[in-house]
Amino acid sequence: MSEYTWLVPLPVVMPLFAAGLTLALYRHPRAQRVISVLALSLMVAVGVGLLFLADSGPVVVDIGGWAAPVGIDLVADRLSSLMLTVSSTVMLCVLLYSLGQGITDGDEAAPVSIYHPTYLVLAAGVSNAFLAGDLFNLYVGFEILLAASYVLLTLGGTGERIRAGSIYVIVALLSSIIFLVAIALVYAATGTVNLAQLAQRLPEIDPGVALVLQLLLLLAFGIKAAIFPLSAWLPDSYPTAPAPVTAVFAGLLTKVGVYAIMRTQTLLFTDGRLDTLLMWLALATMVIGILGAVAQSDIKRLLSFTLVSHIGYMLFGIALASQAGLGASIFYVAHHITVQTTLFLVVGLVERRGGSTSLDRLGGLAKIAPGLAILFFIPAMNLAGIPPLSGFLGKVGLLEAGVAQGTALAYTLVVGSVVTSLLTLYAIVKAWNKAFWQTPPEPLPDATLPGSMVGPTAALVGVGLLLTVVAGPLYSYSDRAAATMQDTSQYIDAVLGPDGRGEGDSTDSVPNPGIDNTPVPTPSGTPADDSSATTDGGDS
Amino acid sequence: MDLIDTSPNLLLVLAIGVLFTTGVYLLLERSLTRVLIGFILIGNGANLLFLVAGGRAGGAPIIGDTDPADMSDPLPQAMVLTAIVITLALTAFVLAMAYRSWQLHGHDEVQDDLEDKRIVRIAAKNAPTYNDTDSEEDSESADEQAAEARDETERGTP
Repeated sequence: MSEYTWLVPLPVVMPLFAAGLTLALYRHPRAQRVISVLALSLMVAVGVGLLFLADSGPVVVDIGGWAAPVGIDLVADRLSSLMLTVSSTVMLCVLLYSLGQGITDGDEAAPVSIYHPTYLVLAAGVSNAFLAGDLFNLYVGFEILLAASYVLLTLGGTGERIRAGSIYVIVALLSSIIFLVAIALVYAATGTVNLAQLAQRLPEIDPGVALVLQLLLLLAFGIKAAIFPLSAWLPDSYPTAPAPVTAVFAGLLTKVGVYAIMRTQTLLFTDGRLDTLLMWLALATMVIGILGAVAQSDIKRLLSFTLVSHIGYMLFGIALASQAGLGASIFYVAHHITVQTTLFLVVGLVERRGGSTSLDRLGGLAKIAPGLAILFFIPAMNLAGIPPLSGFLGKVGLLEAGVAQGTALAYTLVVGSVVTSLLTLYAIVKAWNKAFWQTPPEPLPDATLPGSMVGPTAALVGVGLLLTVVAGPLYSYSDRAAATMQDTSQYIDAVLGPDGRGEGDSTDSVPNPGIDNTPVPTPSGTPADDSSATTDGGDS
Repeated sequence: MDLIDTSPNLLLVLAIGVLFTTGVYLLLERSLTRVLIGFILIGNGANLLFLVAGGRAGGAPIIGDTDPADMSDPLPQAMVLTAIVITLALTAFVLAMAYRSWQLHGHDEVQDDLEDKRIVRIAAKNAPTYNDTDSEEDSESADEQAAEARDETERGTP
């Protein structure tokens, strides 16, 4: 296994390198396209490779050869590599779609030269967040992807995008500050930001302090994941961006927040004191989100609200804190990334064909564009959870886990999930009826859909169907991922090893600040780091 | 083993308090420039918080230069440095955004949430939230409403 650890940093390094290269080659759009597609394809390949490697235990890399709690480490366990594979596949498809759009439109007005570098930086940030083995690195990953997302959201700088962008940027900045404050307090309380070491130390500190830290982190991640009281920014900002950008944001950015909640809830705060709160939040997110969707008359906004609503399902699985619940939640995240991105891409096609995304203006698309109707229908039914598609399987898993829990609150959540699922079906069918079946109020403009945009969309619909076909192995993989997460010792052992240190320099217990690595005698007082108490006697 | 002295410096704590309160006050403003200043203040408050988290001040953490017992903790400083760089970049971006907003609208105020405006309007006329083809009211798309949402400052809202 160790001979392949060099794979782990690649999903971060490759897109960053490619971003620099595309920026340098801004005069050569063709070269930019080739480099971006190549980098993201390689990311998919690396993701698949890690998927198999991580199945036999977490793969850990101590960056720069500095051993784990001293240096920064990247960890690819089953959850990370699954997220990485799904997200890079989705990003590749969206990139191909946007290339199709760019080539068709000519893109005289938009500054395409910065589109590729920014998109690749976004990919690097997402990968970094998934692989981070340390809280501060997670923060850096978030900042990378957020900074890229600010640029992508305000691309072109039109009035509408600046309006939506300023709300999005300010909310995101605020959540970053809260995250930063939480990290400072975590460091003050425990003297480390390494996730594995935190998992060891957080149970030892005062429970009240630990609760405050947990709430602060939950608040920061809750804003990013768009959990109900913190979700108001999402439906207002996402729909204004270009279709491929909205698609990738909807698919990935909120899921990074969900991933961070999963990671901290299962690894750092295992006592489950906030599970009841999370249950209520999940219920509120589901029901209020979908009620928002029902009231919409614009497909993009409708889908943004279903996005918020379905975050509730993932939160439900996390709040159950059982292996079955977590496994179902992980499966649901993989399913939802794919299906939500696909739907936004299809809506991009609808806008192109029908000239609008308003349900009051569209109509009759099923007759004039039957292919488009099929492309919309499959992911839409998948989102609503119609058997036998993957959305159904994920929801059934969550419902089973909820029933297995057996508490009154869990049953309430089960009922809430079913109601939300039905309301999703209602909202989606309403959109379908209006856009595809009703007689158009006024004749739709004459437009053709370029194959270069339909192709990637169809491919992503295919990926969604593939998730259904391979649901058996995928579900058992998510279940194993959940098992790894429940057994935190696997993660801790993989990172810290038997003697409390990772591999590389400074494997002795002397905290070496990284100026030089000559062994020095163990000092009596080590700055805010008491690990030498447990690791004394390690040979230097 | 003796742990490092982590009792916080009162002056730093007071400074953090002041930075956070003023920062939150400014964040609640409408003007993007003031919001940005609020963000910078809170960001600096968070940076000071890191310094408090690192324990008492000491010598430079270079082996051979300072006795390890007297070193200050270098890790929070490294994290603060990273945070400062990130804040700098984001400040530049928000400034550009505020400037663009000023270019377009002549002001840099953060506009109302679109959904809020719709709810207010719907509540005002107590109408259904969307128009079916069988209800003969004028329909207005989200785009048109968004266009309208921009000129709220001209009505002199606080």
